[in-house]
Amino acid sequence: MSGKKTRVVVIALALLAIVVGCVVGSSKADTKGVSGTVNAAGSSALLPLVQSAAKSFMDENPDSVINTNGGGSGQGLQQVSDGTIDIGDSDLFAEEKLDKKSASKLVDHQVAITAIAPIVNKEAGVKSLTTQQLIDVYTGKVTNWKQVGGNDCKIVLISRPASSGTRATFEQYALNKTASRSNQSLETDDSGTLIQMIQSVEGAVGYVALSYLTGNPDVTAVAINGVKPTLANVYNGSYKVWNYEHMYTKGQPKKAAVKAFLKKMLSKEYESKVEGMGYGVASKLSDKAKKEHK
Amino acid sequence: MDKVVQKAIASDKRWRAVYIACGLLIVALTLLMGAFLLYQGSQTFIKAHHSIWEFLFTSDWAPLDKTGLFGGKVGAAVYIVGSLETCLLALVICLPFAIGSAVYMTEISPKIGEKYFRPATEIYVSIPSVVYGWFGMTKLVPLIKNIFHPAMGGYSVLAASIVLAIMIFPTITTVSADAIKSVPMSYREGAYGLGATRWQVIGKVVLPAASGGILTGVILGLARAIGEALAVAMVIGKTRSFAANLLSPTSNLTSAIAADMGNTAQGGEYNLALWTMALLLFIISIVLIVLIHKLANGKKDK
Repeated sequence: MSGKKTRVVVIALALLAIVVGCVVGSSKADTKGVSGTVNAAGSSALLPLVQSAAKSFMDENPDSVINTNGGGSGQGLQQVSDGTIDIGDSDLFAEEKLDKKSASKLVDHQVAITAIAPIVNKEAGVKSLTTQQLIDVYTGKVTNWKQVGGNDCKIVLISRPASSGTRATFEQYALNKTASRSNQSLETDDSGTLIQMIQSVEGAVGYVALSYLTGNPDVTAVAINGVKPTLANVYNGSYKVWNYEHMYTKGQPKKAAVKAFLKKMLSKEYESKVEGMGYGVASKLSDKAKKEHK
Repeated sequence: MDKVVQKAIASDKRWRAVYIACGLLIVALTLLMGAFLLYQGSQTFIKAHHSIWEFLFTSDWAPLDKTGLFGGKVGAAVYIVGSLETCLLALVICLPFAIGSAVYMTEISPKIGEKYFRPATEIYVSIPSVVYGWFGMTKLVPLIKNIFHPAMGGYSVLAASIVLAIMIFPTITTVSADAIKSVPMSYREGAYGLGATRWQVIGKVVLPAASGGILTGVILGLARAIGEALAVAMVIGKTRSFAANLLSPTSNLTSAIAADMGNTAQGGEYNLALWTMALLLFIISIVLIVLIHKLANGKKDK
């Protein structure tokens, strides 16, 4: 019996020694870069960008660990406000989800912008719609694409859940704050699935972030009032349907790793990477675009 | 010698303590989860002052989505009806096949049944639900679309029910087969002795005798069907209105929870309403489990 016990103790001690050795060794071996752990979670629209930034940040700073998670904007805001994570990713301003007191404690870092494009199934045969036509389509006033200059094909609405940031942005800027008719539309909580549904259902119409269209799926992106949904048009202020992507911290970031990570995401060098993934860079927005937003 | 016995007793006691601890932990976990759900789920009624009637029987769904802001509408009838109709239709589709298969593998061809049919059926159980959902979305939905040409393109109550029927088929089949097998041989011999045909023996003697066990299988299947989220969410269309017919889309409890749980503000009315839906699912499954126990006990009493 006692023999067994000593063996267990010895093994435990050995393991402890190895762990301690590693920690001590690594903190001495590498002095370049930042060390520490960053926990970021929230918006699934922003997640791909955060993940890719985290990967390259960890390559540059081998002593740092960045944990990235989805979960949705609501989760991200709640958790950063509770202090359980360092950075809360959100498609929406904190004031739109949290009560005033908790929202006022959060500091906003606008790391990117997301443009949202209406997309239609090829059978619909429309390339451009006016704002009024879009509203008519999404409120069920018109039910056939030929009524708005397309083919003779029934309109099938596809939307995102009521709590989705993408949907909130689309309804606010593309539909002029008109609520779309969710009791007449198919719904999916995933933009990838939405694209697949648009491809397969004749006459389907939906909306996704531009970042989902970089792979050239077989759908038609629709211009609004003749303005094509491109980053250039967002920057010059002519395309209105976009939102900021926020990374919230509770107060100004104190941890060195959090500071460095946010700095990297907002850096000039990282801009091309951001645009390559289909997101926009907030600093490139013209004054006109900024002023007319909201 | 004494030492050996003492050691054995000591180790006996230790393991006993370990197992009791494990058991208690599981019980405590279940109770905690139930208590948590009860607390969270009841907030819609306590904090946001909605009536249970509104939640269960009205279909105005527009909860507000901001922490601490109440005053929207939380009528969840669309989802509740959606859950019930898909499950019941799944049962209607599945039951003839399940009982037929059970009879086949126990009464008609026990050898093939035990060797090939049962293992083949059991494989269904281990397939993850996302696979069923994917299959439903890429094959079944287009098929329904091409045959019936519904307005919303194949996403429908029918698609969801068929996917669910396939998912609960193995549960009902294997439990029914066990029940049929446990019917004493003397019943059959007696019936044959009176000149009954095989069909009469199966239909009039064996199936009625096994009905308790078959019902247990049905309830187990229902419990699985009502809790299934992913596969149903992928094919039901998630339209937030009642289904006009079997070919139109609707939504159900599980897909509605899954769609909005991450994005809603915690402590907001929307989030609380979702918790209440989760509580409702929990209550439904408890009722089903109690039913199973009642059935099992009832059979013993006979």
